[in-house]
Amino acid sequence: MSIILDHINYIYGADTPMAVHALKDICLKIPDGQFVGIIGHTGSGKSTLMQHLNGLERATSGHIYYNGEDIYDDDYDMKKLRSRVGLVFQYPEHQLFEIDVFTDVCFGPKNLGLSRKEAELRAYDALRKVGLPDELFYQSPFELSGGQKRRVAIAGVLAMKPDVLILDEPTAGLDPKGRDEILQQVKKLQQETGMTILLVSHSMEDVAEYVERIIVMNQGSVLYDDTPRNVFARYKELEEIGLAAPQVTYILHELKKNGLDVDAAATTIGEAAEGIMQALRK
Amino acid sequence: MLRDITLGQYYPTESVIHGLDPRVKLGTTVLYIISLFCFRNFLGYLLAALGLALVIRFSRVPFRFMVKGMKSILFLLLITVVFNIFLTPGTPVLRLWKLTVTREGIVLAATMAVRLSLLVIGSSVMTLTTTPNNLTDGMERMLRPLKIFKVPVHEVAMMMSIALRFIPILLEETDKIMKAQIARGADFESGNLFRRAKAMVPLLVPLFVSAFRRANDLAMAMEARCYRGGEGRTKMKPLIYQKKDYLAYLAVLCYLAASIAVGRILF
Repeated sequence: MSIILDHINYIYGADTPMAVHALKDICLKIPDGQFVGIIGHTGSGKSTLMQHLNGLERATSGHIYYNGEDIYDDDYDMKKLRSRVGLVFQYPEHQLFEIDVFTDVCFGPKNLGLSRKEAELRAYDALRKVGLPDELFYQSPFELSGGQKRRVAIAGVLAMKPDVLILDEPTAGLDPKGRDEILQQVKKLQQETGMTILLVSHSMEDVAEYVERIIVMNQGSVLYDDTPRNVFARYKELEEIGLAAPQVTYILHELKKNGLDVDAAATTIGEAAEGIMQALRK
Repeated sequence: MLRDITLGQYYPTESVIHGLDPRVKLGTTVLYIISLFCFRNFLGYLLAALGLALVIRFSRVPFRFMVKGMKSILFLLLITVVFNIFLTPGTPVLRLWKLTVTREGIVLAATMAVRLSLLVIGSSVMTLTTTPNNLTDGMERMLRPLKIFKVPVHEVAMMMSIALRFIPILLEETDKIMKAQIARGADFESGNLFRRAKAMVPLLVPLFVSAFRRANDLAMAMEARCYRGGEGRTKMKPLIYQKKDYLAYLAVLCYLAASIAVGRILF
């Protein structure tokens, strides 16, 4: 069971002077349970690509297979696909609309045709999973803080119990604390439920710590698709397209250049610290 | 989804028409519309269509963009035609049950249809070839004499340009929110009228919230830059007539003369 993208091309505003070839010949395979980071500069096509995965945008050419079925088949149930592949948009708090948090989270499961009770159970479960305190459940979503709103919005998608969760820049506009909390929670969610998670971001720091695979997008194409270790080893090429490796990569390379025998491929601060300690003990 | 609304949407390209002073285009459009309502024979409309075709040719905007604007008034057009055909008194031509089609009705309906189509396409040419900012600039300059009567011309123009500026932003926002709610299983397309209206709530509430938030941000940004209305405000790019603008006026004058002669406007 997996998602397969087969030569996906997408052109915005085809046959207007504003036509943009947003996705160029994308081929990807995302197996179940993987935690994938999608990285790219603004306008690299990463958000557009994600909107293809649950059928919100339709490719100009190419095919997408979800669990072996072509989602562009005429008799394919798009609504079901959208309940299986949950997409949390950028600034998802802008989609909140209900009178209280709990009702808003119920919106998704209710649309799936679940009973009121089942929907409420799922909403409760989802809100617990994103770590929102109980006392906020019946407040207006517009009165919450930025980080709390975002959790509610993520819960709104989680309550649909998707198999695949796509998060488009879930940390944009949050302070460092809020950012870490959200990412920690996502990681925990992935470990507990084993769902496939696609994390879109333009920050290497964000993803380096959590994901097992990184897809780097540049100008509508996939530039690299590898483990964080191998992707960050190309930090010079990443810089050329306006991205950067995590700071540890730079520190380790600098140390190595100055004669300390460390493994420069470490991607997280923990790994790096251990590597440096080992090198010093030698 | 929502990208097919042309009214007030600029088509970026370079052409003679694009380069004209907005005042020329505004004035011409107004004159053109007035002329459409003054013609007394079909020859006049032929002239108007010809003139418009010429301008469209010069504007280098593909014709289908003009027609896109027509879609929005198709319904109106249909109603006008139907009512005119059946409800104009005169010599009967055809009898359908209780309704009578009259000769005068057919003529009137055809006139109305041509008139409305030319009107919409004509004004689309203006909005397609002029950026909203330029347009309000031209309007502000043209309405300046009204200041004597204490009409806040600058403020009105500013409001208009802000409103125009926000159309694409809000459209984009609507598209985004719609997608976000569809991703949560919302259904905007099926069900009866009542259900569909109810389905709009998850779209409209966030849209209003965001419109207010944007308005607030904009007000703050304007205040931070010491905006306080038109008093003593100068322009970075003041509108100055060039040679081509005078030439355009000359062409318009020719059109006017021709329509008076052909369309028997005055006599």
